[in-house]
Amino acid sequence: MTTDTLVAGELPLGERPDYLREGRTVLSWLTTTDHKRIAILYAITITFFFFLAGAAIALVRLELFTPNGDLFSNDTYNRLFSFHGIVMVWFFLVPSIPTVMGNFLVPLMIGAPDVAFPRLNLMSWYINVIAGVFTIYAVIAGGVDTGWTFYTPYSTMFSNSYVLAAAFGVFTVGFSTIATAVNMITTVHLLRAPGMTWFRLPLFVWSIYATSIVIALATPVLAISLLLVIAERWLGLPIFDPARGGDPILFQHLFWFYSHPAVYIMVLPAMGVVSEIIPCFARRRIFGYQFMVYAIVAIAGLGFFVWGHHMFVSGQSPFASLIFSLLSFIIAVPSAIKVFNWTASLYRGQITFESPMLYALGFVGLFTTGGLSGLFLASIPIDIHVTDTYFVVAHFHYIMVGGSVSAFFAALHFWWPKATGRLYPESWARFAALLMYFGFNLTFFPQFVAGYLGMPRRYATYPPEFQVYNVMSSSGAAILAAAYLLPLGYFTWSLFYGRKAGNNPWDATGLEWSTTSPPPPKNFDHEPRVDHDPYDYHPQGASAGIGSRPVHQHERDLR
Amino acid sequence: MSMFMPIEASDRAAQIDTIFLALLIISLLISALVFGLIIGFGIRYRRASSADRGPMPEFFRREFEIGWTFATALLFLFLFWWAASVNIEVLVPPKDSYRVNVVAKQWMWKFQYPNGVRQIDTLRVPIDTPITLTLESQDVIHSFFVPAFRIKQDVVPGLRTETWFKATKLGTFKLLCAEYCGTDHSRMRGEVIVMRQKDFAEWLAARPEGDDLARRGAELFVSRGCSGCHAESSNVHAPRFPGLYGRRIPLADGRTAVADEAYIRDSMLQPNRDVAAGYRPIMPSYSGLLDDGEIESLTAYIRSLGTVGGAPAAPTAPPSGGAANAAEAAEAADPAGPTTRPTGGGR
Amino acid sequence: MSDTEILQEPWARVSRQREGATFGIWVFLATEALFFGALFLTYAIGRIENPAGFVAAGRETDVFYGTLNTAILLTSSLTMAVASQAAAEGEAALHRLVVWCLGATVLLALAFLVVKGFEYREDVEKHLVPGRDFAIVERGAQIFFALYWIITGVHAIHVSVGIVLISRLWIMAATRRMKVEKNPQIEVAGLYWHFVDIVWIFVYPLIYLPGRATG
Ligand code: HEA
Ligand code: HEA
Ligand code: HEC
Ligand code: CUA
Ligand SMILES: [Cu+2]
Repeated sequence: MTTDTLVAGELPLGERPDYLREGRTVLSWLTTTDHKRIAILYAITITFFFFLAGAAIALVRLELFTPNGDLFSNDTYNRLFSFHGIVMVWFFLVPSIPTVMGNFLVPLMIGAPDVAFPRLNLMSWYINVIAGVFTIYAVIAGGVDTGWTFYTPYSTMFSNSYVLAAAFGVFTVGFSTIATAVNMITTVHLLRAPGMTWFRLPLFVWSIYATSIVIALATPVLAISLLLVIAERWLGLPIFDPARGGDPILFQHLFWFYSHPAVYIMVLPAMGVVSEIIPCFARRRIFGYQFMVYAIVAIAGLGFFVWGHHMFVSGQSPFASLIFSLLSFIIAVPSAIKVFNWTASLYRGQITFESPMLYALGFVGLFTTGGLSGLFLASIPIDIHVTDTYFVVAHFHYIMVGGSVSAFFAALHFWWPKATGRLYPESWARFAALLMYFGFNLTFFPQFVAGYLGMPRRYATYPPEFQVYNVMSSSGAAILAAAYLLPLGYFTWSLFYGRKAGNNPWDATGLEWSTTSPPPPKNFDHEPRVDHDPYDYHPQGASAGIGSRPVHQHERDLR
Repeated sequence: MSMFMPIEASDRAAQIDTIFLALLIISLLISALVFGLIIGFGIRYRRASSADRGPMPEFFRREFEIGWTFATALLFLFLFWWAASVNIEVLVPPKDSYRVNVVAKQWMWKFQYPNGVRQIDTLRVPIDTPITLTLESQDVIHSFFVPAFRIKQDVVPGLRTETWFKATKLGTFKLLCAEYCGTDHSRMRGEVIVMRQKDFAEWLAARPEGDDLARRGAELFVSRGCSGCHAESSNVHAPRFPGLYGRRIPLADGRTAVADEAYIRDSMLQPNRDVAAGYRPIMPSYSGLLDDGEIESLTAYIRSLGTVGGAPAAPTAPPSGGAANAAEAAEAADPAGPTTRPTGGGR
Repeated sequence: MSDTEILQEPWARVSRQREGATFGIWVFLATEALFFGALFLTYAIGRIENPAGFVAAGRETDVFYGTLNTAILLTSSLTMAVASQAAAEGEAALHRLVVWCLGATVLLALAFLVVKGFEYREDVEKHLVPGRDFAIVERGAQIFFALYWIITGVHAIHVSVGIVLISRLWIMAATRRMKVEKNPQIEVAGLYWHFVDIVWIFVYPLIYLPGRATG
């Protein structure tokens, strides 16, 4: 048999069921320690939270259609956007790529049978669920209205909402992410297959590794800041209360010390995904692999030293502001490297535009736009004018929704055949991708303009001259909602009726594609051996076209 | 307000818009480059095309990479330097600026002029005059935002912050609260009315509550019992106030402090924190007993008793013109500038 | 992990598995370090902004209990170190030593909590719980005591977790349901326990020493 037929055809499964059919009871799922099944569990929870938080903001956008508060009271409005921010950040975006894609793919990509601590992995999912229950309880009980930032003294002394339950929920979910991070770091250090050296790791693994380190070092600080808020609000222990000698600005420092690194927690894994997909559909090695690795590490490291750029008008020392501004510009350099390298990877490729590629290119474009708007914010005089306006809202949605969420969808489409063994309807997927791109820009681009004109964020009612931008934004959100519902539909459909995918429908080079789809419980039949660099598309001298990639050693063994 | 640019109604606005536009042009160029390359490569190197797919020349991998890394780094440094220099320029309010005290609370703005006039939600200021606002909050954090002036400053409880502007257009401009502060955050709006200098002076003089801050302070000085220790005739060993304002004061623990507004405020609220050398820490804390307005008045009174030079300063600073007022003297004595951060740990 | 020395998923070799356990706990301790680090930072800011209040409040803590507890905890670290070293030797003859040392560690840790309990009772009686009838008037003293309760409370939770972990090992070792020789769990528990002690070494001067040097 030639290698080509091996790659395209199905491997004989023999007696062995794949991980999906290994046990069919609900209990077998709830007690599983298989990283792939846990990834699926996470996928279900974060999808739930995504639509929940999306529904909340859909109501917000409906309200903002007109300048006056026609639909909800101000209090309700405040609760809606707070819930949206809290859930989107901590229950959707932070866990999204690391716990779903990271969990599923990291062991497969490095050739390991599972993560280092499978039971801890399962436990972290349960912690996540418990935390989610607290947060949802906070909403059912009456909601929380502090914004996702929990600024004191509002959150500790003035808010009449269910701050404790929400803060406790976020506090708890932190432990869940930390557990996953500990797992990932240890896995990457100790479970790489023979021959998988550090500089042969796929960039996705590098990005999850770096993200995990950031999670492990930043999340405890969030835990403490929320613990202090809980102590002050619940037990009346003064910490930030200015009337008793406390300093409300200290809370902001603690919060942003976590939350700035957290934005890189949300974007680094997305960058990893894109670095996998672009070479595959351009049939080209990633341009400047080593620089890409250094850029990931630099972003992760520098990310700890720029938090003060969220506080230019808070009353922090002007000198500190200057330093934070400078560092914010510096941290954009590695991001620039990444953007240029993705672009350069297209050069002399053989590009096709399947839906994962559409999403990935969408990521590059929207991340660039969002990132460039970050430079406006890093310039102090401009930030003074636009901070706490819709300009900031547009900035972070460009990166987090346009960037990270697009990358998450890219990943879903790219690895869907691997995880389920089925193909989804490609033309629907392309349509959804384009619709998302269009709806997204319609929603958030007008917000840049409204922001620069001076429309503050977190406003239930607003001066009427901003209405035209808000109407555009709200219409865009409706399109966006449709574009997000589409994949929900066709993915579900493909689970039952999708064509069989084969082991490697994209003809990709990663180790994860060298096992069966869906993979067996222990991932590989033989311990894989790695003898070449990642992204070995279009090896030097090989003729163009499908099947020109080298085949892994153990793939031949599999026969 | 045009469709895309807010009105420029302060001297700073034009400067900031220039940086904004420059950044916008750079961003557009870069986006054009990135998007152009992606689309260009997408077409040129689509799978069906017959373009050359040979290996890349070696210099492409290293020199190019290092080249664009440095190019972006330099561009970023330049942008930082430009933005920062504009920021530093406007950091310190001009010495002859007219001071208005602002107190924010859920969900209103209170303004107090040096002569005691008070206004709610409407700030009137003379045109072409630097105005310095001293901002305090009585409850949560708010933020003072006037888009037309391109200024914004958080108002933090327990901390005194400052911002300043010079209006260059007559008219009424929006004042918005930009930091989330609870239920009616979005209704915490007001307006800034920029008037001709003459009109402003007339308006100010015509206000009924024309009694000035310092006079109210003098009354409080007696009614709140300060005079029991601090009056010239008192037997208690406590500092006397004439000439105190702006002086450099040695403290019991060896440090020195400048008797500026923040220091005087601290002396009333936390007397044991910075004890003046040569005195016993017997002064009781007035925390909770004096509200912000009263502290303001007492401070104005102390200031009116004279500054370092000994010459009593005019109790009310005129709207414009460079009269040597107390704040100026304070700055002269304190090279660090007007740091009004009572709870800030720095000093 | 189970009570016998069977190899666990995903590991290929026992030695590798042991490495994994130690590596994992080190990463976890890095997290913990940042956790307490943020608390200490909060303390530092509070103290810089309220020096007088912190000194006045520091004088009210009970240095006797504090010092006693430091001694107890340091001793327990010693016994834990011996246990983990003896287990690492891999000599069956050292089994009894390991069991005894684990037991001593648990008892010392319990003693620590008991002393802490007495101290807490005294603090409550002296009205050192921030709130309406708080005993000290200086501004900032309440912040000191807020942090006192939070820091020592969080530390006590860590001690309790340690007690659970180590007692489990102790009981299993004593009843010989677990082999102690080269057992990675003892090393992992030991690393955790030393961390808890080190945190206390930072807590002690922050809480018991302000205001005492100058009398
Ligand atoms: C995934 C999330 C994410 C990411 C990656 C970023 C990335 C960046 N962010 Fe953003 N940010 C947020 C999420 C994110 N941000 C959120 C959530 C908030 C608000 C929180 C709140 O208040 O609720 C925020 C707020 C925020 C502020 C505070 C605004 C305010 O409240 O006043 C600032 C200020 O400096 C800032 C700056 C930056 C910068 C400089 C980057 C840089 O890392 C961007 C670097 C990227 C590029 C620059 C683009 C690519 C580069 C090129 C194509 C090179 C060529 C360019 C040139 C040569 C110019 N961000
Ligand atoms: C991290 C991820 C994340 C994601 C994915 C999103 C997604 C979206 N966000 Fe969000 N947003 C934040 C993070 C995120 N946001 C944060 C952190 C804040 C700050 C909160 C704060 O100030 O404290 C914020 C605030 C915020 C605001 C500002 C509110 C204010 O300041 O008053 C707005 C306003 O337009 C907005 C809009 C949107 C929209 C339209 C989407 C869309 O992409 C969502 C699209 C999804 C759906 C619409 C759901 C799918 C459809 C259904 C469930 C069917 C039902 C819906 C309909 C019938 C319409 N967001
Ligand atoms: C019981 C006596 C007493 C009373 C009443 C009192 N003070 Fe004082 N005050 C002192 C003493 C003693 C000092 C010097 C020690 C110190 O700095 O704390 C002082 C210091 C000050 C200072 C700092 C001056 C410097 O040179 O450092 C100011 C300002 C001040 N007091 C204002 C007031 C005001 C305003 C009131 C009334 C609201 C007041 N004091 C009431 C005793 C008193
Ligand atoms: Cu005041 Cu928002
Ligand atoms: Cu940031």
